[in-house]
Amino acid sequence: MIVEVGHFALVLGVVVALVQMIIPLWGAQIGNTRMMEVAKPAAIMQFLLLLIAFLALMYAYVVSDFSVLNVVQNSHSAKPLIYRIAGVWGNHEGSMLLWVLVLALFGAAVAVYGENLRPTLRANVLAVQASIVVAFGLFILLTSNPFIRMIPAALEGRGLNPILQDPALAFHPPFLYIGYVGFSMAFSFAVAALIDGRIDAVWARWVRPWTLAAWMFLTIGIAMGSWWAYYELGWGGWWFWDPVENASFMPWLAGTALLHCALVMEKREALKVWTILLAILTFSLSLMGAFLVRSGVLTSVHSFAVDPERGVVILGIMVLFIGGSLSLFAYRVSSLRQGGLFSPISREGSLVLNNVLLTTATATVLVGTLYPLVLETFTGLKISVGAPYFNLTFGPLMIPLLLAMPFGPLLAWKRGDIVGVGQRLIFACLVFVVVAAAAYAYYYRGPVMAPFGLALGAFVMAGAITEFAVRVKVGRASFEEVARRTWNQPRSAWGSALSHFGVGLMVVGIVATSAYQEEKILVLKPGEETKIAGYTVKFRGEAPRHGANYREQVGVLDVMRNGSQVIRLYPGKRSYTAPVQVTSEAGIYASWAGDLYTILGDRQKNGGFTFRMYYNPLVRFIWFGALVMFFGGAISLSDRRLRFGAPVRSRRRSAQVPAE
Amino acid sequence: MTRKQRRGFLIGAGVVVLSIAGILVGFALKDTIVFFYTPSDVLSKNIEPGKRLRLGGLVAEDSVKRGEGTLVEFAVTDTIHTISVRYNKLLPDLFREGQGVVAEGILDEKGVLVADTVLAKHDENYMPPEVASALKEKGVKLGKGAVHKSAP
Repeated sequence: MIVEVGHFALVLGVVVALVQMIIPLWGAQIGNTRMMEVAKPAAIMQFLLLLIAFLALMYAYVVSDFSVLNVVQNSHSAKPLIYRIAGVWGNHEGSMLLWVLVLALFGAAVAVYGENLRPTLRANVLAVQASIVVAFGLFILLTSNPFIRMIPAALEGRGLNPILQDPALAFHPPFLYIGYVGFSMAFSFAVAALIDGRIDAVWARWVRPWTLAAWMFLTIGIAMGSWWAYYELGWGGWWFWDPVENASFMPWLAGTALLHCALVMEKREALKVWTILLAILTFSLSLMGAFLVRSGVLTSVHSFAVDPERGVVILGIMVLFIGGSLSLFAYRVSSLRQGGLFSPISREGSLVLNNVLLTTATATVLVGTLYPLVLETFTGLKISVGAPYFNLTFGPLMIPLLLAMPFGPLLAWKRGDIVGVGQRLIFACLVFVVVAAAAYAYYYRGPVMAPFGLALGAFVMAGAITEFAVRVKVGRASFEEVARRTWNQPRSAWGSALSHFGVGLMVVGIVATSAYQEEKILVLKPGEETKIAGYTVKFRGEAPRHGANYREQVGVLDVMRNGSQVIRLYPGKRSYTAPVQVTSEAGIYASWAGDLYTILGDRQKNGGFTFRMYYNPLVRFIWFGALVMFFGGAISLSDRRLRFGAPVRSRRRSAQVPAE
Repeated sequence: MTRKQRRGFLIGAGVVVLSIAGILVGFALKDTIVFFYTPSDVLSKNIEPGKRLRLGGLVAEDSVKRGEGTLVEFAVTDTIHTISVRYNKLLPDLFREGQGVVAEGILDEKGVLVADTVLAKHDENYMPPEVASALKEKGVKLGKGAVHKSAP
């Protein structure tokens, strides 16, 4: 019964979205306020209906209702509760439902918080947002309905792939979806502005918080996925440039660019055309990601069950939205009035550089992701584009970006003083030199470029500190003045400095892990020991273990340093029963300095086991950096000036303080 | 700075960065991509030794020989031809005789692939799409669901 309610709510939600797509848009065209007013209750209603549908599906999973085909295919009664819940979005149908739910969530949020929004703009935004819900809602109902019953009911489900039964992965899709589906809001605002033919600073002030919210969640979602891949796949790496990873990384890059150019748009009303285009492109990349992941056109370690028919439909949706919005853009773009002027050396100039580099980097990732597909279509040759390609193309573009990063926030709007900024960055430059020298001395055998990379990360961190210090006038004002200024800093200042600092942390982690990883593959018999990165690892023997739905064989490893025991690790091999599958579980000793990462291999004839061990220096900095970026975004989002609904007052404030 | 100059600056910056990226992409696509072959392809196309490639097929039955330590030798087959593979690391959990596999490495003079990566992906029914389609071309019958796979 509850499943039918969910099914019905889904149909009704799509119908409401259909109304919301047509009536307000029409009203905005003919200037009918009552028709435009339909948008708000419709958006809220639509969200509630889709929420009911989603909860109904979740209910079917929680109680293991094996008369629902989707539950049979993806769940099992012996699974722990949290994985039964996570099973809802661990498959194609359920995750599509989550996708439309997030679309509706953002629509409803605009309806609720958008009281001060210009009525025609709000009506258009909600209509465009609803059109996306209609497209994907119909897609679910017609090709991938999760509520289909199975008669007769099955006795038991087939289970969720065991490597997905993991806390980090269980909750990574919702974050990821809030992230890249969230960019739909920027898209809807862009298309609405084009329909409206008006775009101004207030528009940017509205777009920025939504983009920021989506960006934060995408950041943390990608980081969780990477963390999961690191400890669950047992390959010792944290990023594989896999097409599915790229599918979420490209919207992130474009979204980061959008975040920065919306700033120029908001403060200086410049780069209007570009901001609109970037908003469209960012969500287009999200749509393309959905297509790549769900159509099976690309080979990936983590793609959904593949059905060519669905792929064609998603391709159709993608072509419709990208083509439609770009056509509208081409048709209306000339009507947008150009904004403020600036010199190349200025805050605007630095943000333009940021955008040029980030979008170019996005393009290189796009080329690397699609090239195998294109080549196979036209020549039949099968190739793989791996990490070496991305290191060679993406890497070099990040160097100027990171070098310029500390300069940007210190430059004045309109016309900046590069020499003055250089003087303020003396401390950061000093950090750069010291870190480079220290890293070179410490790891003198490592790759030549690595000390430079570490120093670059440290430079970005020092730059972020300088950015804040300059704002509060450290060293130029009395202690009380500095304290007062620190207290009074807008939260967005804290947020940007913190996020930039997080980028620096991440760079340090990435460079250190990539350049100085130690790897050892060997056979140990019980009682034997080996040394890696200053640790002595002694193999004590094997032992069995049991879980709710698996059996496990573990190797017991004692990790010692300077003669005293640090930790006992249990790398193991798990045999799951439903579905039948073997997975490796890494034994990891995590510390800030680096991770000792151990994997149990096969049993040898002589009674020994093969082991793979890694030492990954500073690897935690990668995910910690992402977390810092997330919190930077959160603090910035809580800023009064960005709070939804206070655009007019805030604009006056920012006009008085042009240096921000 | 006039509007026209600003436009020139913006376009100039874009063109410079894009052309640098274009050159990098060109070089990278020439040097870093790895071609995928089946054992029959390797033999018929006369792949030179020393070239990096990906070899896909099934692990031949009774071909897995474990040597000293972690050294493993096995053969990859498309049921018509067979190529030997030498690998000195940990095999993936799902590596089995008769299962689909992708090995990446360098072909030596004797025609043995010295692999540094062996992939046998997540679930029991899974076969890398390249392997499945290559085997299909060679007329090998696949069980139902062989190309299917699920994970987010």
